[in-house]
Amino acid sequence: MSAATIHLAGELLQLDPAGALHWPARRLLAVSDLHFEKGSAAARQGSLVPPWDTRATLDILATLLRRYRPQTVVALGDSFHDIGAAARLLAADAERLRAMAEATAFVWVLGNHDPLPPGFRGESTLEHRVGPLVFRHQAQPGRVMGELSGHFHPKASVPVRGTVVTRPCFIADPRRIILPAIGAYTGGLDVRDPAVRALFPTGGRAFLLGQDRVFSFAIGARPAMPPPALTALGGGPDNAGHIRGPKP
Amino acid sequence: MDVLGAVQAGENVLLIAPTGGGKTLAGFLPSLVDLAGNPREGLHTLYVSPLKALAADVARNLDRPIADMGLPVTVATRSGDTSSEARRRQREAPPNLLLTTPESLAVLISQPESALFFQDLRSIIVDEVHALAGTKRGDMFALCAARLTAIAPQAVRIGLSATVAHRAPIAAFVAASRIVEVKGGAPPEISVVLPEGRLPWSGHMGLAAAPEILARIRAAGMTIVFVNTRAQAELLFQALWRLNDETLPIAIHHGSLELDQRKRVESAMSEGKLRAVVATSSLDLGIDWGGVDQVLQVGAPKGVSRLLQRVGRANHRMDEASRAILVPANRFEVLECEAAIQGVAEGELDGDPPRAGGLDVLAQHLLGLACAGPFRADAVYDEIKSAQPYNTLTRKDFDDVLGFVENGGYALAAYDAYRKLFRDSEGLIHVMGERVARQHRMNIGTIVEEPLLKVRYAGRGGAALGEVEEYFVNMLSPGDTFIFAGRMLKFLRLKETICEVADGGTGEPKVPAYAGGRMPMTTNLADRVRAMLQDPSKWHAFPEEVREWLGLQRGISRMPGRHDLLVETFPRADKHFLVAYCFEGRNAHQTLGMLLTRRMQRFGFHPLGFVATDYVLAIWSAYEPFDVARLFDPDMLGDDLEAWMAESSMLRRTFRNVAVIAGLIQRHFPGAEKNRRQVTVNSDLIYNVLRKHQPDHVLLRATWADAAGGLTDLGRISGMLQRIQGKVTHMALSRVSPLAVPVLLEIGRESVRSGLTDDDLLAEAEQLVAEAEGRALPPPAPGRDVRQGRLAL
Repeated sequence: MSAATIHLAGELLQLDPAGALHWPARRLLAVSDLHFEKGSAAARQGSLVPPWDTRATLDILATLLRRYRPQTVVALGDSFHDIGAAARLLAADAERLRAMAEATAFVWVLGNHDPLPPGFRGESTLEHRVGPLVFRHQAQPGRVMGELSGHFHPKASVPVRGTVVTRPCFIADPRRIILPAIGAYTGGLDVRDPAVRALFPTGGRAFLLGQDRVFSFAIGARPAMPPPALTALGGGPDNAGHIRGPKP
Repeated sequence: MDVLGAVQAGENVLLIAPTGGGKTLAGFLPSLVDLAGNPREGLHTLYVSPLKALAADVARNLDRPIADMGLPVTVATRSGDTSSEARRRQREAPPNLLLTTPESLAVLISQPESALFFQDLRSIIVDEVHALAGTKRGDMFALCAARLTAIAPQAVRIGLSATVAHRAPIAAFVAASRIVEVKGGAPPEISVVLPEGRLPWSGHMGLAAAPEILARIRAAGMTIVFVNTRAQAELLFQALWRLNDETLPIAIHHGSLELDQRKRVESAMSEGKLRAVVATSSLDLGIDWGGVDQVLQVGAPKGVSRLLQRVGRANHRMDEASRAILVPANRFEVLECEAAIQGVAEGELDGDPPRAGGLDVLAQHLLGLACAGPFRADAVYDEIKSAQPYNTLTRKDFDDVLGFVENGGYALAAYDAYRKLFRDSEGLIHVMGERVARQHRMNIGTIVEEPLLKVRYAGRGGAALGEVEEYFVNMLSPGDTFIFAGRMLKFLRLKETICEVADGGTGEPKVPAYAGGRMPMTTNLADRVRAMLQDPSKWHAFPEEVREWLGLQRGISRMPGRHDLLVETFPRADKHFLVAYCFEGRNAHQTLGMLLTRRMQRFGFHPLGFVATDYVLAIWSAYEPFDVARLFDPDMLGDDLEAWMAESSMLRRTFRNVAVIAGLIQRHFPGAEKNRRQVTVNSDLIYNVLRKHQPDHVLLRATWADAAGGLTDLGRISGMLQRIQGKVTHMALSRVSPLAVPVLLEIGRESVRSGLTDDDLLAEAEQLVAEAEGRALPPPAPGRDVRQGRLAL
């Protein structure tokens, strides 16, 4: 496993392939959009999806805490899928989260899904400032400097050998970074969506999450696309690709 | 008349007749006779067809004789398009004859008043049984039919089928005690047309034969030009119009086109305004178009039954021979065409033997039953087992499916508050409230589409052209050209779920392909091809070029045997090629390719890629593979399979279909779209979590069962590995063999996958982009500083 390093407002930050951001100088770990209990929210609506999403998300969080041993964890909002989510946690999961929040200082940035303090130890806030960086749930339009946020669940699709690989991703430019969602059941919004593009008017880079590292692609005026040599291979994995037309 | 006798004696009957035999009306005859003698109110006969359009067409065809004879019989159709007003009328005053689809039948059965509605039913007619049996829609129908029999034991079943290979299971599917078979009239006249000039070595589109195809269209009144994929339909349509100087009216028809467009083409056909239609399987079944003079099949016929079905679309009359012309696109397809013609002549049909019914469909059905009224598990288990696809269902599977419907069936009892079923103190099982029932009825069905995006001209009121897969649009950049609905379109932008386009794209176009668009060659036809290869005395039927080609192969290597597996290896351009002549169909070869490359990786041969056709699989590697027989050992289905299952996009797709049909993922929610998006969980994420935490969950078991066939076709692979044990013939050659040339030519045209994971592909793309952007990026190293990359932005 190796994290990519990046600079924002003069600070050196690490982008972890599990989707977290680490700030070594402050021993701070930021995670976003954990969406605890999204599974039981779906179940309430009639989709009885497997009930292990909170456990799976906690597993990721536990791995990250072991890996970086941070002093502070900043959860960038939408940590809980809805207002009732904390109350729906299974006893074992609630106990595990409580133990984490006891051992490390948590900052719960409030999001649109969880606008109220969650009832776990830690500071609840709409905005958290440390040095030159500001942590909030949703990126502010216009000129900012040193902003870290979540909310959009960015994902990017890269055409490779006639197929497309889609992964959650960080998006970064010299002014701000948007973090991917970590929750086990969270979907994503394509980086080409106008809502995301508007926040990066001069382009930026997407860092796609991989097993052991992140993969970096430019997003600029043009969508990130490999050169024609790659797409010309045509066809798809298991026959779902595109087929090039015949040469006249 | 045999049907009439059987029905009057209260026997279930299967009527087998070739297309055009008027069998649909024969099915209705007993009902009309009964109703003419004893006019009455209420539902008498239920007609179920896999095609909505067919039900409507049959209704029209019934109206005429009923009116002419002044019969006191009422007829109505019911499908997803039927208005709520019409449905209300049907509920209050049921028609004598109700014509519907399996989906609408399942909705009717889930209504609390279903027992009352169906209690006097006398006859259940199911059309195109051969197209339903063995599919999930067939499973759904069989379960509904079992329920109808429980409600109305007096009802007689009449199955109507085209000629089939496996008669007994089809008869069992409708529980027929009597089979009435009408022999076909004149045998079809099938010939082969080859393109002018050299016979292509590879390719499946058949575009080289466009001039010959056009000549045949010109020489006949009305032609259906059948092709194998939607992409092929688009390309051939373009190729024909490039040559069509006389502007003969030639249209295109496939399942992704907007419904209005398809209807316009269909009515132009029946009015005789067209000279030809380029069509996919969207015109295989159903309505008699009349006036079709000939059928062309461009590309491999894939199977004898399928060819017969298509050939039957021409001269839809019993007394005349159907005329059909096969246009093979490459040399292997020449063999396949000859094999198919032989198969037709010998009347040897193909088709999969029956398979067990899907547990996902059962889950949907059980919830539907609960919506209709409380039931007892024991009684329903017996009822389900009376449906042929479920006659081997174990009680454990039944209980697990019931448990899944009840509360998800998870080892972790987390969802007691959200259960969908509850048991009362008497042991009766009830649905948990009207909301669950309403939501269930919105989600009935077994056809799961890929996520599709509408294609529409930009601007206010721009016309809709049809739908393409989201996946394809993801590969387009603004300004790219693609061919769709017979037009060259320029992709402008993606707006929500609409792909906006304009006319007049330029440059080399892309063509949307669709998941599962290509069906594999049947086992039966593959056997015939192998047999012909083995027997040079049969080669006289082939064109000169093909005979030469086969003769060369015999000299340089050998012919693939009928019962062994020929594997050739040879070096070429710094790589080592391995070509296996498996003849198991493209889907099975794709899966085998994924498994074998993983295995070769483990053996240290460093595989670089593979490509699969219907006939062979070719893999190339950096090092020469040795001990080839061990590569094909059945233990491949152990660890290599396990690793593949974690990654396979095909298996994920299979799981998604299962999850949707079983109701784990709901496609339709009462209420707001926003609400839906917030609680919809991507099926890939569910698959990951479920595999990790409850690998024996009933939905994963249903997924593995599906993976035995369909897109992954694991059943054919395991069958082959067992069969060829100890019978692998390895030919180590110094250069490429003649039979291997076609598959090697597919490289670069087909997808080239190897054991590379998605991460490997991303790394490769990242590196290439970096190079293309003129940045000399170092190979990935921990902690590298990516600010360098910004210079190029």
